[in-house]
Amino acid sequence: MSELTLTVMRLGFLAVLWLFVIVAVQVIRSDLFGTRVTQRGSRRGGAAAGAPQQGGRQAAPPQQRQRRGAPTKLVVSEGTLTGTTVALAGQTITLGRAHDSTIVLDDDYASSRHARIYPDRDGQWIVEDLGSTNGTYLDRNRLTTPTPIPPGAPIRIGKTVIELRK
Amino acid sequence: MSVVTNTTTIGAIELPSRRNTELMLLGFAVVIPMFAYANVGLAINGKLPPGMLVYGLGLGALAGVAHLVVRRYAKYADPLLLPLATLLNGLGLVFIWRLDQSERLQNLAKRSFGAFSPSAPNQMLYTAVGIALFAAVLLLLKDHRVLQRFTYISMAGALVLLILPVIPGLGADVFGAKIWISVGGFSIQPGEFAKIVIAIFFAGYLMVKRDALALASRRFMGLYLPRGRDLGPILMIWAMSLLVLIFENDLGTSLLFFGMFVIMLYVATERTSWIVIGLLMSVGGAVVVASFASHVQARVTAWLDPFACYTTSGACEQVGQSLMSFGSGGVLGTGLGQGHSDLILFAANSDFIFSTVGEELGLAGVMAFLLIYGLIIERGVRTALAARDPFGKLFAIGLSGAFAIQIFVVAGGVMGLIPLTGMTMPFLASGGSSVLANWALIGILIRISDTARRPAPAPAPSPDSEMTQVVRPS
Repeated sequence: MSELTLTVMRLGFLAVLWLFVIVAVQVIRSDLFGTRVTQRGSRRGGAAAGAPQQGGRQAAPPQQRQRRGAPTKLVVSEGTLTGTTVALAGQTITLGRAHDSTIVLDDDYASSRHARIYPDRDGQWIVEDLGSTNGTYLDRNRLTTPTPIPPGAPIRIGKTVIELRK
Repeated sequence: MSVVTNTTTIGAIELPSRRNTELMLLGFAVVIPMFAYANVGLAINGKLPPGMLVYGLGLGALAGVAHLVVRRYAKYADPLLLPLATLLNGLGLVFIWRLDQSERLQNLAKRSFGAFSPSAPNQMLYTAVGIALFAAVLLLLKDHRVLQRFTYISMAGALVLLILPVIPGLGADVFGAKIWISVGGFSIQPGEFAKIVIAIFFAGYLMVKRDALALASRRFMGLYLPRGRDLGPILMIWAMSLLVLIFENDLGTSLLFFGMFVIMLYVATERTSWIVIGLLMSVGGAVVVASFASHVQARVTAWLDPFACYTTSGACEQVGQSLMSFGSGGVLGTGLGQGHSDLILFAANSDFIFSTVGEELGLAGVMAFLLIYGLIIERGVRTALAARDPFGKLFAIGLSGAFAIQIFVVAGGVMGLIPLTGMTMPFLASGGSSVLANWALIGILIRISDTARRPAPAPAPSPDSEMTQVVRPS
């Protein structure tokens, strides 16, 4: 057997051996990051596509400069989740009994995908009913179209009441 | 049930079973040894070895069986353990076959035993039995927590396994170390199996006692010193390993058991002081024993300066030859089948097989091998981290710790870093007990990792909107 062939085989074998080690390490990489962080807002967009909607559906606008006097948090004031707050940072907040909602309602009168709250282009927060069984009420009125939320107005979903606060 | 965070949730990725990844790597792990086999044949005889197809098909079939068993019985197990072990085992077979071709070793065997019998076919048989054992572990051990019940029985079992070689008539004194027993023509090394059995005891015992060992302590000079009575277990294991060292003349086994206990003690209690205490005790014990046991003294002399006593002592010559093979290998090695590591003569294909790797594959090959071993250990530690039950955690750590110590002790011994201890390189070295025990060890790790990585049972089906109660104004 010629010297050249053997040299090529020797180096080739080392290369293959190291290739195996590198592939094995690549397999490990996926294990190192064993958890993933999901942005609720962006994921909800795709899931909501099937739900009936009245208004034109647009993605939440990129974070805008907070207007003075704009609400900064969403507070649950009645129901099983009383006291829960969610910071408002320009993302869409979904409400319902589905596990992937931003606020998972433990409420027999709520639908899986009940309503969503999102900012429009001007930073005004809008609440929209997603075709729920029992409806979403702003103050005392059942919502039929996406409606801007006046500061301090209670939004009622089943037995749960939420408000936007500064 | 209200998990309301800001805007993000952190959830575990839906774990894929990774079995196809494993199959791909297994393919690699069968092809690489075949390449090595062809390479050795071409280098030694100038033609492809005759048994190449049979060898490749055999290894492939064994790997395939192992893979199917894992796919069926341990679906979510770690995808790396099986391919890594298969690759090491396959390459070990190639190296053993390569050393079988050496005329020097054949003549040595003819002189000492009257006849030469090649080791590679036996090793292939042991590999088949080892993989059968691996499959049996996965089939029979549905849940590793069952082993917890056998905590104290396994202590007794491990002690019996350790004592067996000393019993006259049963034990066989082979080349100075009494670590063998001969049963019906086979010689078995019970210590290899004892390391698994004793890991069960250590895990079960430390799981129960770890709070006492961790919390009741005084702080002294930055170290948490345990109370006197808590030193009992470590003293007992220490005494036991010293007894093994004195009566069986086996530094390796004794180091393995004591090191394993210290590692598991540290993991169970999170107290660095145990490591300090353990190191002091093992150094103290080794020095005391070395002062009167001639067997250990010879090893230490050979370690300190193998070339000073090269011509007078067999141990020195072995270590010297081993160092020279590493040296002549250089960075890229001489190429498979083209080295002269058979000059080590005695135990060239068992204790000293790593010298052949060092000479024929060079530093690059040695590093790749050490990385492959390191990956197995990493997967074991990862399994321990992922395991949900404390027994499984400690057990996995104990097994990977034992594996790590064994590799350190053997590789360090043949490279002259520490005195040679006479253990076998897992999967690589010739020897049935070692192959069997290590396949069982990998089987247990795969079982634990399957339990650890299995996704939690699916949550109750999400409340359907149809189940929403309707408000009916009455």
